[in-house]
Amino acid sequence: MLGRSLPRVAARAFARQPVGKSTRASSTAAGADAASSPFYLTLTASLATAAAAGSAAWYYHLYGQEAFAMTPAEEGLHATHYPWVHQRFNKTFDHAALRRGFQVYREVCASCHSLTRVPWRSFVGVMHTVDEMKAMAEENEYDTEPNDQGEIEKRPGKLSDYIPAPYKNDEAARAANGGALPPDLSLIIKGRHGGCDYVFNLLTGYPDEPPAGASVAEGMNFNPYFPGTGIAMGRVLFDGVVEYEDGTPATTSQMAKDVVEFLNWAAEPEMDDRKKMGVKAIALLTGLFAISIWVKRYKWAPIKSRKIVYSPPIGPRR
Amino acid sequence: MAGISNAIYQSIIRRNAVFLTTIFAGAFAFELSFDTASNKIWDTWNAGRQWKDIKPRYLVKEDEDDE
Repeated sequence: MLGRSLPRVAARAFARQPVGKSTRASSTAAGADAASSPFYLTLTASLATAAAAGSAAWYYHLYGQEAFAMTPAEEGLHATHYPWVHQRFNKTFDHAALRRGFQVYREVCASCHSLTRVPWRSFVGVMHTVDEMKAMAEENEYDTEPNDQGEIEKRPGKLSDYIPAPYKNDEAARAANGGALPPDLSLIIKGRHGGCDYVFNLLTGYPDEPPAGASVAEGMNFNPYFPGTGIAMGRVLFDGVVEYEDGTPATTSQMAKDVVEFLNWAAEPEMDDRKKMGVKAIALLTGLFAISIWVKRYKWAPIKSRKIVYSPPIGPRR
Repeated sequence: MAGISNAIYQSIIRRNAVFLTTIFAGAFAFELSFDTASNKIWDTWNAGRQWKDIKPRYLVKEDEDDE
């Protein structure tokens, strides 16, 4: 009893206060009526809203925005997006393009850039036959295991060997390229923002001469897509640099497209199988999902459609 | 309907050995048919893009070299 009555007493005590206030308000009628008139209520609400929104906007302006330390030129031009066919969910690589791209890599890129994570064997059954790859691997020399005298000799390459790098080590690569290290291209598509688009734009985006006002350091080249715009690599792809064996015209953009697709393969050699598995999995799971919906409805049908009725006892039976 | 389900029950489900064999055989049959069908669809989508499509070009050339 006491527990229940106590809150009620307190509530009554609080309730009394507003009543006293309201009587006082009614005695000083004019001001209070004006304050609670719709116009002033709207004005007050509007001002409060404006103040809140304004301070929030000011706070965001001051502290909320991302701070960019670099100028747009230092960020590099955003890569244009191209509709790469091999990036659609149901398309494999174009293996003829991979073969052309590998030719471009071998004849142009490989003089400076390594591809150290790709072994010769991974080309077999993807863009070359076994015999072609064996011949290609044998053109390179590799160290043997130490022989009886502990000397390391040279042997021709095998399919299990990895593609040799153009320089012995990074220092040699830097020394030969004016201090700039040509990055390894095995994972370059995964390793750069923009991926295929970025590499394609970089390869095809060299202007004939740097725009007015751009400062290009000694031994550097201007490329708007490269962060900082000064890149040690010069333009390498010119029309007809490579002669394709399948007769495709070797324009700059064709070669860039082929080599980008090839580098995408080097970074994601599993892509064809992965997409195929994905399509199969989606097809199967769609079927299973439909079945599970049907089973649920089948099981729930009697529960959902039944009617629960409470029929009260009519009266004492006896 | 009752006739069909009764027939299924009598022929397949009634004996456990038959039921189990049916499940295993059905799994194999489904796997085979699903893989064949989806591979065929995949190859239609990617006609001319895969290695098996361009392989003949390079095999023929090798044969000529050998001769």
